[in-house]
Amino acid sequence: MRPEQGTMQSRAMAMAALLELLTDQPVIICNGFPSREAYKIADRPTHFYMIGSMGSASAIGLGVALAKPKKQVVIFDGDGNVLMGMGTLATVGALKPKNFIHVVFDNEVYGSTGNQPTISNVVPLEKVAKAAGYVNVERVREREDLVYEFKDMLKKDGPSMLLVKVNEMVEDVGRVMLDPPDITKRFMNAIK
Amino acid sequence: MIESDAFVQALQDIGVDFYTGVPDSILGGIIAELMERRLYTPAVREDEAVAMAAGAYMSGKVPAVLMQNSGLGTSLNALISLNVIYCQPCLLIVSWRGYQGKDAPEHLVMGEVLPQFLDTMKIPHRTLSEKTASDDLKWLAETIMKQRIPVALLITKGVVRGLHP
Repeated sequence: MRPEQGTMQSRAMAMAALLELLTDQPVIICNGFPSREAYKIADRPTHFYMIGSMGSASAIGLGVALAKPKKQVVIFDGDGNVLMGMGTLATVGALKPKNFIHVVFDNEVYGSTGNQPTISNVVPLEKVAKAAGYVNVERVREREDLVYEFKDMLKKDGPSMLLVKVNEMVEDVGRVMLDPPDITKRFMNAIK
Repeated sequence: MIESDAFVQALQDIGVDFYTGVPDSILGGIIAELMERRLYTPAVREDEAVAMAAGAYMSGKVPAVLMQNSGLGTSLNALISLNVIYCQPCLLIVSWRGYQGKDAPEHLVMGEVLPQFLDTMKIPHRTLSEKTASDDLKWLAETIMKQRIPVALLITKGVVRGLHP
């Protein structure tokens, strides 16, 4: 059964819970539905919405984290994205940026292209991250655990990965209605 | 031959202050010098380096990515669907393996088509030479900031001192 048996929470619900806990932290959001959902739930100038370059969210976030060591950087990623850019788990684990919080919404499918299965049902990505050198990793399913662990990670030195098992449900969302160059400019001004 | 330290200093003088990439033997001297100056963040793939550089650019840095030309193939999607469409400049310092057909077999195809490949991608490029070096770097700095896209500086073997003289 896909996704992990008993997973009730949708990605949008999980994302909304996390966005409530964030204020002006830079947030890099991976391509596909995650960016579109975040844009609908709470559009903020500190959000960088990816519309392409799949697999790159954590590397973009790493660049921000290294260049802005005093800002806590949050990445909203997906299982397909992490699998595609898996080498970056190693780079993050080796460089150990303290200000790096990697949230992975794991629904075990490529949701934007028709729910084809990924392999995250058999590859525990948070264990890969731990083995690569992430300092804190947690795997959660329920909303209260999600909120508790995320709050905890906001207080701790990273790098941290919070893997959130979510179901395949997708919000009724349109595209991100911002031009990519404007996303760049807005994000740059917001995190100065 | 351009000394590695002079080359790195020249990059710093035009404002480049974030360096990442994947090594190549032609770039060995430059990377050693960057490491000596504690300026280099190693990446595991060229597209990762390009994305990291994009994050650094948005945080106020002027980034450079070092790679051999095969890495352009690996980073193609990031260069297009991140840098180009989001208007994010990046200096690509690319070693030209397979230049004039003299190299190992795996470098020959990309080596032959490199300039046309970059032209097709609409990535402006120049090939560094000792005689025109200061001009080349000035052109890079101007182009990258004016066009806000990736710009490539190609380096052939023996133009900048490598690890083995």
